[in-house]
Amino acid sequence: MVAFQRSWGLAAALAIALVIVVSGDALAQSGQPTSVNPTASSVKEGQLLDALKPPGSGPSAVTGRVSIPDTKSSVLIQPAGRDWRQIRQETLPFYGAIAILGMLAALVIFYLIRGRIAIDGGPSGRTILRFASADRFAHWLTASTFILLALSGLNLTFGRKLLLPLIGPEAFTALSQAGKFVHNYGSFAFALGVVLMILLWLKDNIPSGADLAWFSKGGGLIGSDHPPAGRFNGGQKVIFWVVVIGGVALSITGYSLMFPFVFTDIAGLQEANMLHGLIAVGMVAVILAHIYIGSVGMEGAFDAMGKGEVDLNWAKQHHALWVEKTEMKGKGAATPAE
Amino acid sequence: MARMKFLCDADRCIECNACVTACKNENDVPWGINRRRVVTINDGKPGERSVSMACMHCTDAPCAAVCPVDCFYTTEDAVVLHSKELCIGCGYCFYACPFGAPQYPKVGNFGSRGKMDKCTYCAGGPEDDLSAAEQAAYGSNRLAEGKLPLCAEMCSTKALLAGDHEMISEIYKERVSKRGYGSGAWGWKTAYKETINV
Repeated sequence: MVAFQRSWGLAAALAIALVIVVSGDALAQSGQPTSVNPTASSVKEGQLLDALKPPGSGPSAVTGRVSIPDTKSSVLIQPAGRDWRQIRQETLPFYGAIAILGMLAALVIFYLIRGRIAIDGGPSGRTILRFASADRFAHWLTASTFILLALSGLNLTFGRKLLLPLIGPEAFTALSQAGKFVHNYGSFAFALGVVLMILLWLKDNIPSGADLAWFSKGGGLIGSDHPPAGRFNGGQKVIFWVVVIGGVALSITGYSLMFPFVFTDIAGLQEANMLHGLIAVGMVAVILAHIYIGSVGMEGAFDAMGKGEVDLNWAKQHHALWVEKTEMKGKGAATPAE
Repeated sequence: MARMKFLCDADRCIECNACVTACKNENDVPWGINRRRVVTINDGKPGERSVSMACMHCTDAPCAAVCPVDCFYTTEDAVVLHSKELCIGCGYCFYACPFGAPQYPKVGNFGSRGKMDKCTYCAGGPEDDLSAAEQAAYGSNRLAEGKLPLCAEMCSTKALLAGDHEMISEIYKERVSKRGYGSGAWGWKTAYKETINV
């Protein structure tokens, strides 16, 4: 009885199996997929890339889920890297070269036309304190670190083309590695310098009506007429605000790059890097002009930040309002600039 | 020479992460770094797909283009490799890479970026083939031994294919025509500016 039942069961199983095989063959021969297409709603890569685009924006990333702890690796494909590459390889070197070489050329032409701007009536021999030691410390802290940061930064943008073929890969890597350390550590001193400058000089750099008059007369750079100015003239105020706004922007973008994924994601890092480079080359160009006018371009100007004391005739020529105010206070020539 | 590529058949990948594990083990990948990872798209929804992704060894590789110290090179098999001797850990290749392949060990100043590490297609680095120095810095060099990358070799569903692009394209085309569907060669358009039309 048991054997009979088992054979019946076997026969039934065989019959079912036969039906499945035959129908399967029939389906395969007709070239049709089996009854259910498990991927009828599956997505293709291209469709997904399009679907995930935020409205009205460029290409976005395909992001999913990962089971490893590194959650930022859940970005599968991020085509925005292409835009970043374009900016890094084309835009930044192009505008950087124009800004820096253009400024150098302009300065050379200016020097050839205008020459070194002399003190009217020559040096008087009497000096007046213009920048106290705290002022000069803030200036030179910012200036020295800015030069190091600018050189190490320019090396990342232009070094591969200009320097690498000259000194070879090993030496260039050693230099760039040192440059990276200088850039990362030096940034803290630079940021401190910018903060000190804000604390020391902000109150004298509020734009005023005198600045408009100063600019309308070309700041004394064009012609020989020197418009009166307070402690800082219009041009110096521009430098101040370029350094403060630029320095803060470079710090924010720079630190978000130095601590990747702490403040922002991959798209933010790309944007931070673009802004960092573009702002930096602009600042390099402006600072080149500042260095020129504070050294070879003008007689007596370097003493302000060098010794801290400037010739009285220089001060009257360039900062008449400041000299008046300082002397009105009755403290005379030995008083520091307020 | 061959034009080596990876192809992940997302309709076969079951997100077992064995490729990730095999890669880490074969190449002694440092802690915190994954040269390969499996990303699941549309997780839990209709059309869910898992894709195993690593360096795709791009044509005209963005990492090589943007590297400030020019530390990348392409081998005869079209595998994109780099020199850790020359790398300064700046992070630029990571910004440029469409696939998030470059990784940085958390060493160096501010614990942010040491020398970059990425998938080598199990082809080592610029040091002598199969030398101890190569093994220590880059992991194994299976290509020099005549083998393919381990991630693809041991893939249990054969979702991940590695090899010359004509051969793996042919395999994938055959699969798609037999089963009647396929979600495409993930990343190929981005990496090679061409895809497999089936």
